[in-house]
Amino acid sequence: MSAPRLSLSHVSKRFETLDVLGDISISVAPGEFVSILGPSGAGKSTLFQILTGSTPPGGGVIAFDGEELKDASGKFAFMPQRDALMPWRRVIDNAILGLEVQGVRRAEAYGRVAPLLAQFGLAGFERHYPSQLSGGMRQRVALLRTVVQDRQMLLLDEPFGALDALTRASMQQWLERMWERHRWTALLITHDVREAVFLSDRIYVLSARPARVIREIKVPLPRPRGMREMSSPQATKIEADLLEALLGSSAIEFA
Amino acid sequence: MSADALPATALPRAARGSPGLLGRVARTIHLAWPATALVAAIVLAWEFYAQFSGIKPTILPAPSRVLAQIIENRQALVDNAIPTLIATLSGFTLSVASAFLSSVLVDFVRPLRRALFPVFIISQTLPLVAIAPLVVLWFGFGLLPKILLVALVTFFPMMVALVQGYDSTEKDMEWLLRSMGASRAQVFLKARLPSAIPFFFTGLRISITYAVVGAIFAEYAGAANGLGIYMLSAKNNFRPDLVLAAVFCSALLTLILFGGTVLIQRLATPWERVRKGGGK
Ligand SMILES: Nc1ncnc2c1ncn2[C@@H]1O[C@H](COP(=O)(O)OP(=O)(O)O)[C@@H](O)[C@H]1O
Ligand SMILES: [Mg+2]
Repeated sequence: MSAPRLSLSHVSKRFETLDVLGDISISVAPGEFVSILGPSGAGKSTLFQILTGSTPPGGGVIAFDGEELKDASGKFAFMPQRDALMPWRRVIDNAILGLEVQGVRRAEAYGRVAPLLAQFGLAGFERHYPSQLSGGMRQRVALLRTVVQDRQMLLLDEPFGALDALTRASMQQWLERMWERHRWTALLITHDVREAVFLSDRIYVLSARPARVIREIKVPLPRPRGMREMSSPQATKIEADLLEALLGSSAIEFA
Repeated sequence: MSADALPATALPRAARGSPGLLGRVARTIHLAWPATALVAAIVLAWEFYAQFSGIKPTILPAPSRVLAQIIENRQALVDNAIPTLIATLSGFTLSVASAFLSSVLVDFVRPLRRALFPVFIISQTLPLVAIAPLVVLWFGFGLLPKILLVALVTFFPMMVALVQGYDSTEKDMEWLLRSMGASRAQVFLKARLPSAIPFFFTGLRISITYAVVGAIFAEYAGAANGLGIYMLSAKNNFRPDLVLAAVFCSALLTLILFGGTVLIQRLATPWERVRKGGGK
């Protein structure tokens, strides 16, 4: 395995009295798709807050391409949990937001987004406003806005969490195909076991707060993945292992 | 598929807001008739009472009489409405501009908010009746005291609306921008300012009604011309019909300005007009 693009060792974090991250050590290799699976409120989004420089870590070391990560800007393309599309911007203008912030001229930014519109199923919708789009399309705009930034790594925070089951399944398939094609280095947060298995090369399972890594599982299923691969005994076994880890972590408490 | 191709809704056919002049007129009528009917009923009752109760027109003139006076004195009314309109618009422009500047300042320099807001709140507790004559005393009978009074009554609601609007910005949006490497100013321009637009227009609609009242108050306290001074002299001449004629003009003025803000909002926020649907 090549040297990791991103590695966290013994990262912790607390907000005043709330112990959010206990001890997190994970790594992501270049071109690898890694998922973090954990119960709601475990501190998964907090991990992204730390990576994007929104809040400092409490302890531990974060390294990017072997060097300690001091300034996160320019390294990650981040997609927040809710799509955070700007209702006053048209699809195309939402998509170029990151380029605009970087100071890319508008015409050039449009030029960079244009070839991707069709792949993202957005051709013909450039001039629409977000409120005119379905949930799945909104997520694709948000993903497009993320990938056109052309950063070394994608951070995706529950990108399909708000979608209905059917739309979510089709978006997962679409993202899997897109990943096949572009081979982004990606770290995905999810609480959906199937989603993690379907998309990832490797999965970390977090415990409930304060979050620790309680399990790391490789997903050696062949790609491209479809319903057949997902119902193989191997996939079913991985899913069962993950669920067991999640349930056994006192992640889910019964009132 | 375009945004216009929408599924039928539960609204009545005419009210379904699909473009077309006829549809829009029908929709307006559909929305406006309850208010129109109520106003009509009140005016009718008033007319009957004034005509048949034997009350003197110098106490309570009938609406028909007020209407006749409006037509007869239209030139004088227009001549006096224009200075009021000018005072209203200038004062309002001043207050919107200064509210905007101070809201930006307060957004960037947080401690200023705590220092300034109490002062602004106190400025709102000053009774206009007492302040207006003083302002006229200090600044004379010209345009300036009117502008200042209009600005005084509209500044605070505009300022509050803007500050609230900035604070309504979705946290994830700011986080996203910061993750992209945006500066403080970029976060403000790309997220906080646009987020405040609906609040700004709500503030605008509320303050424009205060603005006209503020201008008339200033004139009432003393002015060379304007609807306020017209009302005052009509009252002193025991002509309630003329007072009401001027009141009608000021109400009309307010409605027109209100309509203007609605129109500006529609033009400035095209994304509010498109509706859900039209997806895949
Ligand atoms: N900036 C913050 N200040 C204080 N508490 C926070 C902050 N951000 C997150 N938290 C708290 O940390 C906990 C974990 O939140 P989060 O990371 O969003 O969980 P997850 O994404 O796993 O659902 C929550 O209880 C949340 O209230
Ligand atoms: Mg979260």
